[in-house]
Amino acid sequence: MGEPALLRLAGVHTHIGRYHILHGVDLALREGRLMMLLGRNGAGKTTTLRTVMGLWRASAGEILFGGSVLTALDPPAIARLGIAYVPETMGLFAGLSVRENLLLGTGPGGLAASRIEEVLTLFPVLREKWELPAGALSGGQKQMLAIGRAMVETRRMLVVDEPSKGLAPGVIDQLIAALARLKAAGTTILLVEQNFAMAAALGDDVAVMDDGRIVHVGTMAALAADTSLQVRLLGLHLGSHQ
Amino acid sequence: MRTGDAAPILAVPILLLAALPAMGFADWLTLSASGLAMGMLLFLMASGLTLIFGLMDVLNFAHGAFVGFGAFIAASVWARLPALVAAPGLAANLLALVAAGGAAALVCGGLGLVFERVVIRRVYGAHLRQILITVGAMIVAEQMSVVIWGPDALTLAKPASLASSFIVAGGAVEKFRLVAAGLGLAAFLALRLVLARTRIGLVVRAGVEDREMVEALGYRVRRLFVFVFAVGTALAGVGGAMWAVYAGTVTAALGGELTVLLFTVVVIGGLGSVSGSFLGALLVGLITNYVGFLAPKLALLSNVALMAAVLLWRPRGLLPLVRT
Repeated sequence: MGEPALLRLAGVHTHIGRYHILHGVDLALREGRLMMLLGRNGAGKTTTLRTVMGLWRASAGEILFGGSVLTALDPPAIARLGIAYVPETMGLFAGLSVRENLLLGTGPGGLAASRIEEVLTLFPVLREKWELPAGALSGGQKQMLAIGRAMVETRRMLVVDEPSKGLAPGVIDQLIAALARLKAAGTTILLVEQNFAMAAALGDDVAVMDDGRIVHVGTMAALAADTSLQVRLLGLHLGSHQ
Repeated sequence: MRTGDAAPILAVPILLLAALPAMGFADWLTLSASGLAMGMLLFLMASGLTLIFGLMDVLNFAHGAFVGFGAFIAASVWARLPALVAAPGLAANLLALVAAGGAAALVCGGLGLVFERVVIRRVYGAHLRQILITVGAMIVAEQMSVVIWGPDALTLAKPASLASSFIVAGGAVEKFRLVAAGLGLAAFLALRLVLARTRIGLVVRAGVEDREMVEALGYRVRRLFVFVFAVGTALAGVGGAMWAVYAGTVTAALGGELTVLLFTVVVIGGLGSVSGSFLGALLVGLITNYVGFLAPKLALLSNVALMAAVLLWRPRGLLPLVRT
């Protein structure tokens, strides 16, 4: 754990309206690692991701990414540092085609053939739906498109919120393959996930949240092997929830 | 930008055909051409209003002020180009139209830019404040028109080569109306092309659906707002300029009067939808002309009745936007 963190949250508080959601979140994510952010519903996981992306402003504390202070930047500036965000809702544009949704994930150069081929190799169904509106896709296809959009440009970090939610096991396997490929390519990933099979398959590190705070940080392997820790932190063990 | 559905597109041809048995062919031809030309001009003015609402969620009741300014600026330019206006050649007449429309677009686009920076940016996300401040701005703009151009109506002569009509099967189709219709159609096609084929159009369409996600992808939607607002008000200015020549007279009340009609067009089309506004404008133009001829006493009611009928059929308008 000696390497410097690519992403560091220090004492981050977030208020939404009059609700105090994050109560001093401290988190460090090293470059090239995949960190799972786990926790019960309402623990503050989505709020943490949205605060990192600047979609909700931190009311106190600091978020550092590389040499940049994210808390001083707006969402477009944060995205331009090389951070891709896939929200729980997937963030697709239902009236735009698959091609147009992917195009929005690229820089001024547009869609690079090699990156497109990589996305379509991982998710061949998108090739068949190329000119169809994203709103016409199934839930699994939408998630493939959302992850694909995050892959069409080289990113330093990927922030993903519950990609497996409501998806069939076959689709989840495809998503695991895509995220594993990104991880192998050196992309740092912060992943919120309720599917523990996916978490165990992908995670290098894990942070567990409860009531707006980080209550545990360690390796995913250690958490996967410790049933009593799982029960204490998450109220269940990994094998019971796949 | 919208759901695919052919039924609303058929509304215009159905209305055209439905009106035919109610009058003679010559009257029908004249009224239909006039209605379509009026519709195209209404679209020119309403396109900016619907874009501004669609992307920025701003209810701009001051949009008519830009139409009014456009009309007055065109009248001022028109008065300085009597030789071009009165020349018998089409090229000279079109040059006068380009000068009047161009001046209106530039001034109204510039005013729109200032209005967005000074007024609108303070009321993003607050519809009630938007209504209050833009209605107030409309009143101020109307009074400013009186101060600058005086309380009396300004008159504009029709361009010499476009004042006459083509006679087709006994029906008269005024040449200027064909030019107006052509300009409206060109604006519609250009907007469609920009929205469908360019990166900025893609970002606008995405921004209409989900602004937050567009920002999370790295695009500065606020900058796009300013650009769209300026384009929208420039289009309103061009529309006002063409309307001034079409109607032949400009008064300070023009903007306010047209605001109601423009909102009717935008609501019928589906708030934020450019294609919907195009259809809505054509329907309003046709209904206004048909009812004005068949039952003049009902003319004022006709557009409200049309809006009610469309909303009963499709509560979100003819071609509603997809919002995620």
